[in-house]
Amino acid sequence: MKDILEELQNRRDNARLGGGQKRIDAQHAKGKLTARERIDLLLDEGSFEEYDTFVAHRCTDFGMEDNRPYGDGVVTGWGTINGRMVYVFSQDFTVLGGSVSATHAAKICKIMDMAVQNGAPVIGINDSGGARIQEGVDSLAGYGDVFMRNIQASGVVPQISLIMGPCAGGAVYSPAMTDFIFMVKDSSYMFVTGPDVVKTVTNEHVTAEELGGATTHTRKSSVADGAFENDVEALAEVRRLVDFLPLNNREKPPVRPFFDDVDRIEASLDTLVPENPNTPYDMKELITKLADEGDFYEIQEEFAKNILTGFVRLEGQTVGVVANQPLVLAGCLDIDASRKAARFVRFCDAFEIPLLTLVDVPGFMPGTTQEYGGVIKHGAKLLYAYGEATVPKVTVITRKAYGGAYDVMASKHLQADVNYAWPTSEIAVMGAKGAVEILYRSELGDTDKIAARTAEYEDRFANPFVAAERGFIDEVIQPRSTRKRVARAFAALRNKTVQTPWKKHNNIPL
Amino acid sequence: MFDKILIANRGEIACRVIKTARRMGIKTVAIYSDADRNALHVEMADEAVHIGPPPANQSYIVIDKVMDAIRQTGAQAVHPGYGFLSENPKFAEALEAEGVAFVGPPVKAIEAMGDKITSKKIAQEANVSTVPGYMGLIEDADEAVKISNEIGYPVMIKASAGGGGKGMRIAWTDEEAREGFQSSKNEAASSFGDDRIFIEKFVTQPRHIEIQVLADTHGNAVYLHERECSIQRRNQKVVEEAPSPFLDPETRKKMGEEAVALAKAVGYASAGTVEFIVDGDKNFYFLEMNTRLQVEHPVTELITGVDLVEQMINVAAGGTLPMKQEDLKINGWAIENRLYAEDPYRGFLPSIGRLTRYRPPAEGPLGDGIVRNDTGVFEGGEISMYYDPMIAKLCTWGPDRPTAIETMRNALDSFEVEGIGHNLPFVAAVMDHPKFVSGDMTTAFIAEEYPDGFDGVTLGETDLRRVAAAAAAMNRVAEIRRARISGTLDNHERHVGEDWVVTAQGARMAVSIAADHDGSTVTFEDGGALRVEGAWTPGDSLAWMTVDGKPLVLKVEKITHGYRLRTRGADMKVHVRTPRQAELAALMPEKLPPDTSKMLLCPMPGLVVKIDVEEGQEVQEGQALCTVEAMKMENILRAERKGVVSAIKATAGDSLAVDDVIMEFE
Repeated sequence: MKDILEELQNRRDNARLGGGQKRIDAQHAKGKLTARERIDLLLDEGSFEEYDTFVAHRCTDFGMEDNRPYGDGVVTGWGTINGRMVYVFSQDFTVLGGSVSATHAAKICKIMDMAVQNGAPVIGINDSGGARIQEGVDSLAGYGDVFMRNIQASGVVPQISLIMGPCAGGAVYSPAMTDFIFMVKDSSYMFVTGPDVVKTVTNEHVTAEELGGATTHTRKSSVADGAFENDVEALAEVRRLVDFLPLNNREKPPVRPFFDDVDRIEASLDTLVPENPNTPYDMKELITKLADEGDFYEIQEEFAKNILTGFVRLEGQTVGVVANQPLVLAGCLDIDASRKAARFVRFCDAFEIPLLTLVDVPGFMPGTTQEYGGVIKHGAKLLYAYGEATVPKVTVITRKAYGGAYDVMASKHLQADVNYAWPTSEIAVMGAKGAVEILYRSELGDTDKIAARTAEYEDRFANPFVAAERGFIDEVIQPRSTRKRVARAFAALRNKTVQTPWKKHNNIPL
Repeated sequence: MFDKILIANRGEIACRVIKTARRMGIKTVAIYSDADRNALHVEMADEAVHIGPPPANQSYIVIDKVMDAIRQTGAQAVHPGYGFLSENPKFAEALEAEGVAFVGPPVKAIEAMGDKITSKKIAQEANVSTVPGYMGLIEDADEAVKISNEIGYPVMIKASAGGGGKGMRIAWTDEEAREGFQSSKNEAASSFGDDRIFIEKFVTQPRHIEIQVLADTHGNAVYLHERECSIQRRNQKVVEEAPSPFLDPETRKKMGEEAVALAKAVGYASAGTVEFIVDGDKNFYFLEMNTRLQVEHPVTELITGVDLVEQMINVAAGGTLPMKQEDLKINGWAIENRLYAEDPYRGFLPSIGRLTRYRPPAEGPLGDGIVRNDTGVFEGGEISMYYDPMIAKLCTWGPDRPTAIETMRNALDSFEVEGIGHNLPFVAAVMDHPKFVSGDMTTAFIAEEYPDGFDGVTLGETDLRRVAAAAAAMNRVAEIRRARISGTLDNHERHVGEDWVVTAQGARMAVSIAADHDGSTVTFEDGGALRVEGAWTPGDSLAWMTVDGKPLVLKVEKITHGYRLRTRGADMKVHVRTPRQAELAALMPEKLPPDTSKMLLCPMPGLVVKIDVEEGQEVQEGQALCTVEAMKMENILRAERKGVVSAIKATAGDSLAVDDVIMEFE
């Protein structure tokens, strides 16, 4: 019996060494951790339950029959993050370059099936050279199986991807279908075709970092939702994100003990909106001042900075925040901002995360770039996402809410539950100057008259009271009491239920 | 007594005067410019009158506008504060003409003391020691050299109308005297429109010590002892204290009596300050007399118990001083730190913007001392570019100097100011500087001790361990809270361990935490243990901890695997990790800050409104480079780091696309 136990231990030790010390050292030399080290950092200490430790591939072509390492380049199983269950797969670059074989893919599929069945998030750590070429179509079939499970799990359990090394070719499409993608700066890249192919086909000279590094995907392509300095930081921050998310779509978002006064008054918010309506201010200040403990987990911080998206807690409970950012492009909506916010709103709605919308929007960005780029369709995504969302929706207008963008930003007309406005709000079709130029075109030459007309328009519409008279605004609130008002609004909406007509699925303007 | 006074000033001093006036039952009138519409002094006053656009020369120092405000409100007296119109004889005359009392000295005294040469003459006549020097007008450089030789080098060559270091040169040789005379004269002519120059002995190991005097219109005058103001940066006072750690009772008495003699000689009535320069042998020389309330007057109030503003009002109303010289004892020790909106990490560049957080320590007892904070700003207020960058005067009092200093350290550590750059870390560093602690400083303290500027404090091992112990204990609380989230797997909850590794300032400290009801005992690898107690909960931006019985106040900001902690002028990232996390974190490569391109790119499509710099100009990190208007909003683009502008590619009026080059750096 003792021998048998020893044999098991030996086999385990062998499996845990992955591709061997030399390759582990090489991984470390690149500033990267190994698959198992990453799991150690992601999960609570000692909580990892590994499955399929001894899985090996069945390929016999190109001499592969002589190289059948345990685990087949991916470590899979489950564990806990602050005591809450998650499934995890972590590709092991030290074993056959983390390449994806039929068996490698099958291991991933197994835990994804369990995750969907048992209602726990899937966290995928990607560090793979790509398809295992020796296996040919079996490898591609494996990818396809994973893709299909990504799709089936979408909206059922949260799926989070960490890109911690190469992720190229077809491999990119699995992370692409997950809810969040995080990258590590300088040591990860994602692209459909690499720099060599790009050079051959289009004659563009580009490095892997420029083509698909963390900077590219967080700032330009918006493929990634965030980037971190190194593996340690990335894994710690994913743990922090998981603390905000429900485990599945049947569960409410988690609640955490909090040490912040719900009735906290922030007198300084009374002066957040500058006297000059053309002066920007930082909307993040409002977010951090109304959130529990000032904690804001921003999603897509580096992309479309004219809109802010991310998670906060109110009374310990997760709330998704979408906010126009007057500091950038005056907070206007454009193609990028609409896409960014729409996807975030849909994630929150899929997982029962209440939505807080903070509005200071002068309208949609004008110009040929925008129109040729299809701002009509892209803007409609955000409108659509807000309208279809059935989670509790609370909106606060701080300053401008002009034109169609007013409607889009979780207005009463999109069935937001509670719509507040600060006294500094201006809810109108457009700014006074623009309105007067259209209404009184004939008087344009007379500056005195135009000034008087502008003042008249401002008097009438540069305030929240016209909208309040109509009930489009439920209440005009003191900026300083925003935290309290918003927290109470969400408290009152905890049992919100909405019936929607049956449909197979909707047809959001993609 | 007056029913209503107008305060012809703004900021903290206006608030300070309003406080006393209110206590005396006098109604107050504030004046304000466009930039101060929402200012604290406007809020505090019973009435407020708008007097014009933001620049002081179109508002606060326009005599006619202030006079209009007086007429409009029926104020019977005006307190001018300091700066602005406080030492302007024309203003005092204008008030006299309207029969409004000036809360300050008689016009004659302002005039007499306002000119450096006249004031020195009067001082000499009153037997006040003055710096050896030549008071007459100096014709040319040859004469300057001759005079310099008579006085003996080193000498100081000064503009008669000067101030703030302008038009001032020090010469150690004939050649330097010749050059210094010429350049002082030129500078004086261009800066003050008055090229009169005088030469005096340059005092070595100089300390700036000044005597507070108080006189009434009935011939009574007293001195309220001294203030030491040697800690100055480019002639701007930063730290003041009372009494001076340098003076002995005899010198104090001599200086005080000479100051009173001078006050009497000029018919002084009100509060005034006689400034002396004191050399290493306690020889003191008269510098000048300030015929107003000084910025640093609170330290005198703290050690004498006299409200100087109250006495100024009393004197202005014709009252008699209620105290005699023998009543004025020195009670304990007081220190003032001036909090400036100047970023010490960026060459003390003025910083403007919104005060997103402003939480001064509570006034009143703190430990064995007392805190007083004179301020004119509030959280959510704006620090504008138009006025003095001083945002508060933090004062502490203690029964002795060490207690006053210790109280100040804790008061500074608990003073939260965010949104702008400020000198809090710098003054905190001064409070721990051995030379300051020993009281051995001269006016060259900052220039000598911080020759390359200030880049933060590195804590010594003992202090670092205290911080590490506190961070470990705090982190444990935060981690336990995280494990108490809903939805955990029953019976498989996360267990938060006792062993942690703290890294800070490059040091690695393995600790073990034993927690009980009242706090934690944190044991280090070498067996040393520290007891940590405190009421910090996650999310608090300030941690009032007690480490081994001694207070430790930390400003706390969460970062990945730890906290950014600020205390005692140090600003550090403190990581607290499990041993496994620490082991793996040690494998991570050190990354240098990214090499941001040497170009300023336009971050948005917009119109260039203004370029703030020129080719060849050196810029500091954070300095405004240009303004781009987009979506009708003006966005100020700032330098990401220090550098020299090598080329400017855009001009005002240009319409730019995203990533168009605006300027390049060397």
